[in-house]
Amino acid sequence: MDKRLSARDAVAQIEDGMTVGIGGWGPRRKPMALVREILRSDVKDLTVVAYGGADVGMLCAAGKVKKLVFAFVSLDFIPLEPYFRQARQSGSIEVMEVDEGMMLLGLRAAAWGLPFIPTAVGLGTDVINQNPDIKLIDSPYDDKEWVAMPALTLDVSLIHVDRADFRGVCQIAGPDHYLDDWFARAAKNTIVSCDELVDTSFFADPARAREVFWERAATSAIVEIPGGAHPTSCNPLYGFDVAHFKAYNASAKDGGIAGYLEKYLGADEAEYQRNVGGLDAIRAIALPTY
Amino acid sequence: MSTVATDYTLAELCIVAAAEAFRHDGEVLATGIGVIPRLAASLAMKTFNPDLMMTDSEAFLLSEPNPIGKRPADFQQANETWMGFSRIFDNVWSGKRHAMLGPTQIDRFGQTNTSALGGTYQQPKVMMLGARGFPGNSICHANSFFVPGHNTRIFMDGECDFVSSIGYNPARLPRGRSLDDVDIRRVVTNLCVMDFGGPEHQIRLLSLHPGVTLEEVQENTAYPIAVPADVPTTPAPTDEQLAIIAGLDPHNQRAAQIADNPPGIRA
Repeated sequence: MDKRLSARDAVAQIEDGMTVGIGGWGPRRKPMALVREILRSDVKDLTVVAYGGADVGMLCAAGKVKKLVFAFVSLDFIPLEPYFRQARQSGSIEVMEVDEGMMLLGLRAAAWGLPFIPTAVGLGTDVINQNPDIKLIDSPYDDKEWVAMPALTLDVSLIHVDRADFRGVCQIAGPDHYLDDWFARAAKNTIVSCDELVDTSFFADPARAREVFWERAATSAIVEIPGGAHPTSCNPLYGFDVAHFKAYNASAKDGGIAGYLEKYLGADEAEYQRNVGGLDAIRAIALPTY
Repeated sequence: MSTVATDYTLAELCIVAAAEAFRHDGEVLATGIGVIPRLAASLAMKTFNPDLMMTDSEAFLLSEPNPIGKRPADFQQANETWMGFSRIFDNVWSGKRHAMLGPTQIDRFGQTNTSALGGTYQQPKVMMLGARGFPGNSICHANSFFVPGHNTRIFMDGECDFVSSIGYNPARLPRGRSLDDVDIRRVVTNLCVMDFGGPEHQIRLLSLHPGVTLEEVQENTAYPIAVPADVPTTPAPTDEQLAIIAGLDPHNQRAAQIADNPPGIRA
């Protein structure tokens, strides 16, 4: 099965009101080219589930988000995401704020077809008190109460990987695949952008096959977009763009998201990349040191 | 034989005091978020608790802590195993971890806030990071806190605007559990060291940094602190500890962690 699609055709599968999971973590390996395609589209009223960074900030600022399921939204070296803060401080989005691990459990429950997974995580805190939809339950095996973390079933997941073949075998060569395997499994439709499209024989090397974290049946569409994680990192191919994030952060105080999008977004990814200095410049961004 | 230093910064004193939090932990993952907590955990691992485990703050466990900041091109970190974010949760939920973090509010129950200040929950006045991993950390394993600027905004009156982590609040105790299940260890600030070992888990003074008075600590804390009859001065670093800290922080990032980088012994 050939799963290759253009970014526009892939994102056209997202309908108003859908629940969309976004892979990556903060400023790391986010499917930003696919997010930009959403920004260019008319789709709205999304429920977004993410370990959030500028993906969440941009979607909130552009009015695409009805509800956000989050544990944090951060650019890491700029701890507070400016447009996420504006959205929260203006009360413009609904939220389901959970612990980072609760989000993982919710994705696993969805992936495994369970209504919930029991956990101690969240007990005694406001992630329970502020979320009436998250229930506490009795255990059949002890006398304690437990959090029943509900399944976070996703209509669509968006993920960026280093390499993929036309059938949806996806390689993440960097040091961490984050929770992307669970985003892939929790979704009915998983759209993956890749920095490079490779021949299936690429994966014959067992070391490369070990860098494939879900089976191709969990991938629905493949979009080849070199540099598609920019301005986030795609370690080891490129780091995150500190200067771009600073400009993005500054735009929240001067010009707003309209000014940022006007300057960078473009009509398609080729125009975006011209606006940020080109693919060679993206690929030359140094990896961060922690 | 190590000698007690006479010339050290307040940041270095805090690193040494915070390292003590990990002394008796045995073989757990020590997670220090921020420069001083990370250096504290690293110092503990390199001296009195070599059994600690530590990550590279990205995706590997290390048998030897990494120095902070840019490292030489030929630097090779001492990888021990892969430890990506999903595996961190396996570790957190097993309880074999001790995290030291810096929340924005710490109330009298030891509950903390990392998420939102003021306004309403639907529309907070100031939105911060979110709950992050605090709920899970607080119910699963030991936690300590570092506060670089001890004041009544952090050690605040009333209850946290948003409770990110469970503390010793009887009103929020989950059914079937005991307050003793909550494991808050040390609270190290620019003024003193505290814990929640007072009567009924009240916050308690353990030591005052050189030249700091009990009155100054109480004035900067919006709730009463239990004060033992004998409150010692926070022990000074040794020359050996200072040398190890300097090796772990070659770019002196520790100098930027406490306002004006004051000396450890007040002038």
